[in-house]
Amino acid sequence: MTELGEGQFWGYRRADGSVGVRNHVLILPTITCATQAAKQITELVSGTVSFIHQHGCAQVGVDYEQTFRTYAGMGLNPNVYGVVVLGLGCETHQARSVAGEIAKSGKPVEVVSIQDHGGTLYTIAEGAKIAARMVQEASMLRREPCHIGELIVGTECGGSDACSGLSANPAVGVVSDKIVDGGGTSILAETTELIGAEHLLARRAVNDHVAKRVYEVIQAMESRALMMGIDIRTGNPSPGNIKGGLSSLEEKSLGASNKAGSRPLKELIDYAERPTERGLVWMDTPGHDIEQLTGMVAGGSQVVLFTTGRGTPTGSPIAPVIKISTNTPIFEKMNDNIDFNAGTVIDGTESIEAVGDRLYEEMLQVCSGKLTKAEVLKQHDFGIWRIGPTF
Amino acid sequence: MDRATEGYKLVMIKPQDHVAVALMSIPAGTELAFSCQDSRFEVTLLEPIEFGHKFAVRDIAQGEDILKYGEVIGAALCGISKGAHVHVHNLEGKRGRGDQV
Repeated sequence: MTELGEGQFWGYRRADGSVGVRNHVLILPTITCATQAAKQITELVSGTVSFIHQHGCAQVGVDYEQTFRTYAGMGLNPNVYGVVVLGLGCETHQARSVAGEIAKSGKPVEVVSIQDHGGTLYTIAEGAKIAARMVQEASMLRREPCHIGELIVGTECGGSDACSGLSANPAVGVVSDKIVDGGGTSILAETTELIGAEHLLARRAVNDHVAKRVYEVIQAMESRALMMGIDIRTGNPSPGNIKGGLSSLEEKSLGASNKAGSRPLKELIDYAERPTERGLVWMDTPGHDIEQLTGMVAGGSQVVLFTTGRGTPTGSPIAPVIKISTNTPIFEKMNDNIDFNAGTVIDGTESIEAVGDRLYEEMLQVCSGKLTKAEVLKQHDFGIWRIGPTF
Repeated sequence: MDRATEGYKLVMIKPQDHVAVALMSIPAGTELAFSCQDSRFEVTLLEPIEFGHKFAVRDIAQGEDILKYGEVIGAALCGISKGAHVHVHNLEGKRGRGDQV
């Protein structure tokens, strides 16, 4: 058996050259009306995943485009072997258009529509037949040695406490630097939770354009609160953040920005957009955990590092989410959900660098196939950041 | 960041900060002596400080910017005495304040 070298893991190589760390068949409902049929296909066919959502119709303009990009991005994620796109027929987000976008990657894609196939039961039968065939094909693939330079790693913090900025987030920063140094991509996101820390990141931008974009996305996010005439603290920091000792959004942001390590900021991308640069990249997303996670996964993240001080169950249907506790008590209390403890920094028994090195090894193991707790518990969260009203 | 030597765990990140963070619950009246880089601090807690919460390491005037990580995390709503709990009751965020537009 081949030995793995430094920075390598066992992954699946796709037709477009990208590398997956999982090998799912995705049942992708592009309209809320098809989510129940999609869920029933996953119950019939082992090896398939799906998700519930409430979108895909009566959307226009940039909001339509962002939702479209999210659907297509989920199918295009390298962790997905093949896709059965499930539509209704009369909706604005046409299943066939989403399938066409995914097909450009060369992966197997087929469309089933409830109106064309004569109702729910025929649709489930047809979708399940296609999915069963894809699952068997997918099972023939073998993992091969791949390198971290081929990874897009999402970073996230959710349910933060005062320890987040002291232990887990700086440890993720250590991993982020190692990924970037290995030629890979690390995504920093949750623009809301960078309000108050933007000047530190703008200073690290590779050029004036990226630095300008940093201030633009921060201003756009902050102005949403200003236009509503409310104090953003009524929603962020959350009651749990406050109980954990965080007093303001700025304090939370300064802790959150530690996830970005110390490397230059190469690019600022839109929600659910695939990075075009390698290195540290900022995706413009809200602080909402599931919307942020979905944006990064639709943007191509094969694996996500997720820190938490209060404890969360968060997971994705297609990407492993490694949950990292900021303090030891929550690691012990919510051990069903949390994979890794960075609270040793707070306990004074381990340095940030040592925790970062340990987390990097854990990430490589997960990329080679070790299941995260969210995967074992089938925590298939999905949520789109809507930027316009429903009509 | 440096730690206390008195048996109570706490952290102060930058010497110019106005606050330190308790890494365990510390009772009122506790006399703490600790350093941050080359600066020495001696603080007697005026209130109990819970795990993860902040206390003032120096007197802070009303309206003054409050620093942690060497950066502004908000402003003092009232005068805050050294050793007092610093949280949402006496620190206000300055960003995203649509209520002040």
